[in-house]
Amino acid sequence: MQLVYFSRVREQIGLGDELFELPNDVSTVAELVAVLAERSDGYATALSDMTFIRVAVNQTHVGLDHPLKNSDEVAFFPPVTGG
Amino acid sequence: MPSISVQSDDFDIAAEIASTRGDNYDVGAVVTFTGTVRDVGGTLTNMTLEHYPGMTEKELTRIAIEAEGRWPLHGCRVIHRYGTLAPGDNIVLVVTASRHRHAAFEAAEFLMDFLKSKAPFWKKETTPQGGDWVDAKETDEEALKRWQ
Repeated sequence: MQLVYFSRVREQIGLGDELFELPNDVSTVAELVAVLAERSDGYATALSDMTFIRVAVNQTHVGLDHPLKNSDEVAFFPPVTGG
Repeated sequence: MPSISVQSDDFDIAAEIASTRGDNYDVGAVVTFTGTVRDVGGTLTNMTLEHYPGMTEKELTRIAIEAEGRWPLHGCRVIHRYGTLAPGDNIVLVVTASRHRHAAFEAAEFLMDFLKSKAPFWKKETTPQGGDWVDAKETDEEALKRWQ
């Protein structure tokens, strides 16, 4: 899958986007977050409080219980501040 | 269909009003909202707007189509800029055209309320002290409730 990061999340993780192989035992956004948070301090910091992080799957806003497949594009970002 | 643009360039408000109204003389009301870069303390060097290419256009289109479903609009135009902007620069333009003013006013406000909470843009303010991301306001989420 394609992972995409924006704003403070991008800076904390140190990447704008990356390819990631979805593990077989990971089927929701919440489970993906738990796996990513183990990767480094940057991921752990960026994803430590998911009440402040928004998630989009295939460019649509979703909740943490949203199901995932390996062909998805998953984006993590802080609450938006446009306008 | 709404007309959506996500661009780094500035926009010409008078030209956008004219093209949104077109030659439709059934239009009796055109409302515009312009959002600009604010410099509250007089210390802002610039503001950089990051966005999510693809999702931004998709979300703005979704919100505008919903507005067109709720109000009888003859035209609906949204332009949002990204990149590095100076204090006073234009950020966003919403133009709504309708037969009567209430629909045009309400649709413009609806578009801005949803754009603020749903369109994937992030502002970073740079001052001589450095750069800092702007935090989202809870009042922006609250503003959506009036439309439910």
